[in-house]
Amino acid sequence: MSLILILEQVLNGLQAGVMLFLMAAGLTLIFGVMGLINLAHGSLYMVGAFAAAGVAAATGSFLLALVAALVAAAAAGVVVETVVMRRLYARDHLDQVLATFALILIFSELTRWAFGSFPLYLNPPDWLSGPVTLPGGIRYPVYRLALIGIGLAVGLGLWALTRRTRLGIRIRAGENDREMIAALGVDIGRLYTLVFALGAALAGLAGALVGAIQSVQVGMGEPVLILAFVVIVIGGIGSIRGAFVGALLVGLTDTLGGIFLPELFKLVTDPATATQAGASLSSMSIYILMSLVLIWRPTGLFGAKA
Amino acid sequence: MAEPVLSVRGLTKRFGALVASEDVSLDLAPGEIHAVIGPNGAGKSTLIGQVCGTIPPDAGTVRLAGRDVTADGAAARARAGLARTFQVSALAMEQTVLQNAVLGAIGAAGRPWRLWRPALSDRDAVATAEAALTRVGLSDHAASRVADLSHGQRRQLEVAVALTLAPKAFVMDEPMAGLGADGSRGMTALLADLKHEAPILLVEHDMDAVFALADRISVLVQGRVIATGTVAEIRANAEVRAAYLGEDA
Amino acid sequence: MSERWVTLAALAALLALPLWALAADEPFTITLATRAAILALAATGLNIALGTGGLVSLGHAAFFGIGGYAMGILASHAQTFAPLSLGPWEVPGTQSMPVIWLVAIAASALAALAIGALSLRTAGVYFIMITLAFGQMFFYFATSWRAYGGEDGLSIWVRNGFPGLNTLVPIQFFGLCFAVLLLAMLLHGRLIRAPFGLALDAARQAPARVLAVGLSPYRLQLAAFVLSGAITGLAGALYADLNRFVSPAMLSWQMSGELIVLVILGGVGRLAGPLIGAGLFVALEHWLGGATEYWHAWLGAILLAIVLFARGGIVGLLTGQGDRRG
Repeated sequence: MSLILILEQVLNGLQAGVMLFLMAAGLTLIFGVMGLINLAHGSLYMVGAFAAAGVAAATGSFLLALVAALVAAAAAGVVVETVVMRRLYARDHLDQVLATFALILIFSELTRWAFGSFPLYLNPPDWLSGPVTLPGGIRYPVYRLALIGIGLAVGLGLWALTRRTRLGIRIRAGENDREMIAALGVDIGRLYTLVFALGAALAGLAGALVGAIQSVQVGMGEPVLILAFVVIVIGGIGSIRGAFVGALLVGLTDTLGGIFLPELFKLVTDPATATQAGASLSSMSIYILMSLVLIWRPTGLFGAKA
Repeated sequence: MAEPVLSVRGLTKRFGALVASEDVSLDLAPGEIHAVIGPNGAGKSTLIGQVCGTIPPDAGTVRLAGRDVTADGAAARARAGLARTFQVSALAMEQTVLQNAVLGAIGAAGRPWRLWRPALSDRDAVATAEAALTRVGLSDHAASRVADLSHGQRRQLEVAVALTLAPKAFVMDEPMAGLGADGSRGMTALLADLKHEAPILLVEHDMDAVFALADRISVLVQGRVIATGTVAEIRANAEVRAAYLGEDA
Repeated sequence: MSERWVTLAALAALLALPLWALAADEPFTITLATRAAILALAATGLNIALGTGGLVSLGHAAFFGIGGYAMGILASHAQTFAPLSLGPWEVPGTQSMPVIWLVAIAASALAALAIGALSLRTAGVYFIMITLAFGQMFFYFATSWRAYGGEDGLSIWVRNGFPGLNTLVPIQFFGLCFAVLLLAMLLHGRLIRAPFGLALDAARQAPARVLAVGLSPYRLQLAAFVLSGAITGLAGALYADLNRFVSPAMLSWQMSGELIVLVILGGVGRLAGPLIGAGLFVALEHWLGGATEYWHAWLGAILLAIVLFARGGIVGLLTGQGDRRG
């Protein structure tokens, strides 16, 4: 096992992590501000991917596809927020789980009806395809590097948004005291719609970006959603910083575990058993990570103390 | 003086820079009502939490009937005979009054693990619960849902559930809160009677009730006990007057 | 209508349908009723945690699937006559339902103990997300476990046996499942009124009160979660036996979601809720699924309508008592 391979896997882990961050940031923002657990966040990811695939096929432009993903997911978010979510803010978590589970069913079936069951393919643009040689002689796909860059940029943008802008101040105020900011004359309904649309757009962007390295298909959102939940549990609900750290941890653990655990097992047992045991254990590695964090800090690394 | 039932020594609790309790010591003797008063933010809730075991102190000890319970959690202290009431009623709102009281009896008897026989066919538990309800004057409402009770009746039920534990000591967090004049009078009479059963550590804002009931009063200011004494002593205490009335000490 | 009558009527309907189907020679209807009974059993397990305990577990498919795999693994070893090696011991497989059930109950209870002990350290949304995540962990584990079929799952050639019954006869297998469901519902009904149920219900509504009377909400809820997982695990073993097949699909998050849906459709915390929910679900699946390929969209719409406008589910509508939650 060479150093180059290890570095390559670290980059892969980072790339998976920053994409998870886009999902987790929206989820944690929506939970922090509105107190809503949104299972349908994975559907918004899927909407973004399908919109991008559709527009890319029609126009051939990847940038237009990304814009379409952002717009479609944000629009779907606005519709969902005004029609359904609004009625759920005051409800208990069970109602929220059910209603958003129902939304997953509806979104998935409508997408299947519109696009069929076969996966669509979205290709990275020519100017981002192919490998680049990094210092140290690692040849790494430009597109994946671009994903890492975009993820970091979005993270920085979110940080600036919540810390440096009026909207951000309102968002943070909304997390702390709903009645108060309503009393101060902020239109809380519009703020909620805006936050939801922002979270949806981030999910849609992630869907489109990841869609170009995997296939675009119905049901693609939920595994990512569940990983994003693991990220949030690790990072602490409501914390963007926690989502970032958690996402990188999960991305790295997942990627590196899949490569190194079988290798590790090969040191003690025969290759076939090692591959099997390593694969089984690596499929569990992020959940073991989550368990450890739970034992250590039940409210996550950056969560408020209960 | 007789051996205290509840004895608190040197309790200290800090939340960051805020000192919520600083070296708090007080005793609860058999048959007495020991009131703890103090302005808002004096650390009364934190003190109750530490006495009842929901907030771990940074330093200090709590002894109940001579036994050190500092390391015990809230449930263990309740089983050891410390019964509390809550400032904001903590009751199972969808259950009946009798069910809430029976829960106390089940907890006191340490028998929650029965899965088959109905709780309300446990004669001992029901008898204990009914006696407690009669004591606080709620026996006519045994079958009512707690959600349908008046605020005052819920305060009474809080006391009844505490009674089902057959406690060695009561810790009551503002039992008069939100009661009207009639309700306060009734509750005052009840507590005056109950103290013979087990002494009461009473945290209360209603000064009429405190002065009517308390055998001793401790005054808590900024986490410290600035004075302990009889009603007359506390009324005359210059430091207390300064803390409450802003007079020069 | 009182809740007791709703429960009895639902049980009578579930019993009458396959008897009619037997007379009319419609074996497929008996299979549908069996499926409803087993799903009702799984949801009854969940209802103990969710309805009575207030624990919104989005990972109960883990227990359902563990029960299923307990059956699949034991039966597959029996049909190939290859002993099952557990470290130093070698155990033969079995095709006996009582043994399989015991193993399913023990394994799922153990898993519920581990998952519950960790997830109950938190509450609210954390609990939901963590149970969902652990459910997914078992899903991925089964997918990567090639010795027992991996993604493809495990097929069993002959349905397992029960002493004194011919389980290959649909009505007899139905009777067995119905009896188990009845027992579980009886247990839940007794439990609600027993000291344990009273304390558990209080722990959902006012945990501080439960602590103050000397009980531990954590232990009560953990016990409820383990019992709940064990019943759902038993249902999983029966479900696998009904299909003579087990695959990671039984462990999927959709399965967890559907189990919650069953409870809510019927009425959360109600004794008959899971039964009515499962009956309705199987009926919808049969009719809507026959009418349109996209029946899940309609299921979603119905579910959304119930959540937004008919809290309390079908039992709530029938008894006119709306919602049971605080």
